[in-house]
Amino acid sequence: MDATILGLLLLDGVQNGVVYGLLALAMVLVFAVTRVILVPIGELMMFAPLSFVWLQGGKLPGTLWLALALGALWALLERGRGRGLPLAGGAGLLLLFLLARGNPALAYLAALLLVVYLGVATYRVFFQPMREATVLALLIMAVGLHVAYQGLGLVFFGPEQYRPDPLLQGEATVGLTWQGVLVLAFALLSAAALYLFFRRSLFGKALLAAAENRLGARLCGIRPEEAGMVAFAIAGLMAALSGLLLAPLINAAYFMGFMLGLKAFVAAILGGLVSYPVAFLGAVLVGLFESFTSFYASAYKEALVFLLLVPALFYQSLRAKGVEE
Amino acid sequence: MRRYLWFSLLLLPFLLSPFPFYLTLLNFFAIAALVALSLYVLTGLGGMTSFAQAAFMGVSAYATALLTARASLSPWAGLALGLGLTVAFALVLGLLTVRLKGHFLPLSTIAWQVALYILAGNLVGLTGGHTGLTDLPPLSLFGLPLDTPFRYAFLGLFLLALGVLALKNLRESRLGRALLALRGDALTAASFGVDPAALRLKAFLLAGGIAGLAGFLYAHFLRFVNPTPFSLEASIKYLVMAVAGGVGTIPGVLLGAALFTGLEDWLKDLLPLLLGRQGNYETIAYGLVLAGILLFAPQGLWPLLAGRRPSGRKALPQGEPLPPRPPSGRRGEVVLEARGLRKAFGGLIAVNGVSLALRRGEILALIGPNGAGKSTTFNLLTGALPPDGGEVFLFGKEITGLPPHRIHPLGLGRTFQHPHVFPEMTVLENAALATYARTRAGFVRVLLGLHRKEEERALATAYEALRRVGLEGLALERADRLTAGQQRLLELARLLASGAEVLLLDEPGAGLRAGEKRELARLLLGLAREGYSVLIVDHDMDLIMGLADRVVVMNYGEKIAEGTPEEVQKNPLVRAAYLGEEAA
Repeated sequence: MDATILGLLLLDGVQNGVVYGLLALAMVLVFAVTRVILVPIGELMMFAPLSFVWLQGGKLPGTLWLALALGALWALLERGRGRGLPLAGGAGLLLLFLLARGNPALAYLAALLLVVYLGVATYRVFFQPMREATVLALLIMAVGLHVAYQGLGLVFFGPEQYRPDPLLQGEATVGLTWQGVLVLAFALLSAAALYLFFRRSLFGKALLAAAENRLGARLCGIRPEEAGMVAFAIAGLMAALSGLLLAPLINAAYFMGFMLGLKAFVAAILGGLVSYPVAFLGAVLVGLFESFTSFYASAYKEALVFLLLVPALFYQSLRAKGVEE
Repeated sequence: MRRYLWFSLLLLPFLLSPFPFYLTLLNFFAIAALVALSLYVLTGLGGMTSFAQAAFMGVSAYATALLTARASLSPWAGLALGLGLTVAFALVLGLLTVRLKGHFLPLSTIAWQVALYILAGNLVGLTGGHTGLTDLPPLSLFGLPLDTPFRYAFLGLFLLALGVLALKNLRESRLGRALLALRGDALTAASFGVDPAALRLKAFLLAGGIAGLAGFLYAHFLRFVNPTPFSLEASIKYLVMAVAGGVGTIPGVLLGAALFTGLEDWLKDLLPLLLGRQGNYETIAYGLVLAGILLFAPQGLWPLLAGRRPSGRKALPQGEPLPPRPPSGRRGEVVLEARGLRKAFGGLIAVNGVSLALRRGEILALIGPNGAGKSTTFNLLTGALPPDGGEVFLFGKEITGLPPHRIHPLGLGRTFQHPHVFPEMTVLENAALATYARTRAGFVRVLLGLHRKEEERALATAYEALRRVGLEGLALERADRLTAGQQRLLELARLLASGAEVLLLDEPGAGLRAGEKRELARLLLGLAREGYSVLIVDHDMDLIMGLADRVVVMNYGEKIAEGTPEEVQKNPLVRAAYLGEEAA
């Protein structure tokens, strides 16, 4: 291996790694606030670029109808003024989609908002009604939604892969496109923004409090349901943005999100599903590991990534002590 | 014998013999039902789950395919290798995750499932890649080749009936009770001698083995293996079956397997027609059915049909109780001693240098205002928390830092501030949980049904204990139908059934009415007279002062007084702590 290849592998690894990192941050956030392990995050991530491609081609994507259907259920579950948000959001989304056909700038925004709306509606319809359930039941629900959304992705978009145009054309240096630079910059910025949000803003602190102790937070006037919706909205936003930015580099297809999400989840486990910085760094490590294994043993790279779970679990196992009550 | 009625499943092939298509479905049902049974062990009893049951099937299917089709060995060698490999893989995964919080195991199984699926598709030299391995020999029994769906169904259904019987044995055994208890509350189970990590690991291995058996059956039924039936989607399909039917009961998981085996075929034909395209659209239905069941019938369909009856046995035990263990030894001898116990939570010192000694046959009360460190002291004595400093001795043997499941068998039992009873078990089974450390039957004996005699004695012991506290009339009721006071009594009965002679009671009087409190006091005094040693934490001064021989008072993590109730009541430090009076 010479220096050029090494450089390319490093770049590739970091570029993928920061995206896994973003997904891992979203997973840790959602888990901390709602105890849901967000397995369908990969599907949410793929819905964004695929919907964008559809809109660019002047068609309305099926994801819009899925989002509106879940939004309608969400409105049914709410009472009184609580119905305003799903109804207004759904109407706004429909309008935006009608306007965005063939308009790339609006289509970008529409795809983004669609996934955020879909994320929140998913929480409200499927997870909030079972908020007292065990982590295990919530996980089973999440896995069920993953297969359902993946199947729907196949219905909506077919089995083909799509490569949307990148926002920025050309290469910064050999092996690094400007789009790749954009991905890196976005990842670092959003990690920093999340940090500031939780450390500096009152709302971010309230979210952390709800994650730490639901009853205590409720006594302080924080509604855990609201916290859950915000967590899903943030996760949806991060998934959609990473999906839109990454799709020009790796293509987008209905089935691709799951592997990306699984790698993020390996990273999240490295951080024990609690630590944000360890999850992010772990994700970069996963990206690098993957990039180098694909050089040496490309057929097995996807399988080898999961080998990283072994040391991660072993490390967590050493730290675990006592009997949980 | 009603339990052997399950073998009437073997009549099904005769009924379906005119319909070859349904005979094939019947074979698939038997295989799916075995996998669903493995999830009953994991999820229904153990409160864990696995998204890798199809991968376990796959390991076993490929093992037997390689040995028989490539190396021309006997299928039974394939079975042995298959089961050995699945259990070995389950052991690795299990060892890595059993000590972690519950969700790490299922999460890791997802990754494991995906990795194995990729390997099966890519290790072309070994597995034949996506084309798979063909020409597996048919199984043959007593010289009769099982080469038609009709003949093969007998083997599948026979193994299924055996599996059902074995798991019924498991449910009605010390191990089944311990697994159910672990799922509800690991600390309570551990304080009756259950080692949570070891028991969970064994349940995971058993479930892996059952799935491996199903994989073997699958491979020799189709006589062809490829990666598709061992994918994550397949694993999820099995989980959907079990959860939809009712993962907490054996008929439930069988119902789920039957429904979905039929449904799957129908969906595979219908959905592509509806959508006008080929593809695995049935996963959408699985996902939505799973979501609907979790939201609207979290217990599954079977409990809706059968009502909420306890799943345990319906008859009172007739056997001889386990050998009684009356407290023996000199009265007044120190049985439990703490020296200089210390525990800090971050900057807060909850217990600071507390020493106390409990003597045989006495009732010692530990009192103090809220936040004085009483409960922490309790947890340090019972092993629920490891102390930062100091030592604990039980019958003169050092037990500092031992986990609860190792302390209990030495003769120490505890109750909890909030009663910890298990609603899905009967009152009798709740009490019988306590005999875990006094009985021996392991997984092999239990699955083979060789534990019945011991089980009968364990239940008789539990029934004796219930009689002692006056709950014998409710023995076969579900435990969640008891009042708060009766739940306290049930916890006491559990201690008596456990054979422990050092009893630590955390606020046994909380939530009791005046009459129930008098009853409790009478019971405790009686036990002390027999030589039981009781350490009691409570807030109710009337109860404590009328009951205790000696009192230890704590405040701000330290012991501030010790003596008879009268002495303590006069102590100025105690009056200051409770009433806010200035200490003179």
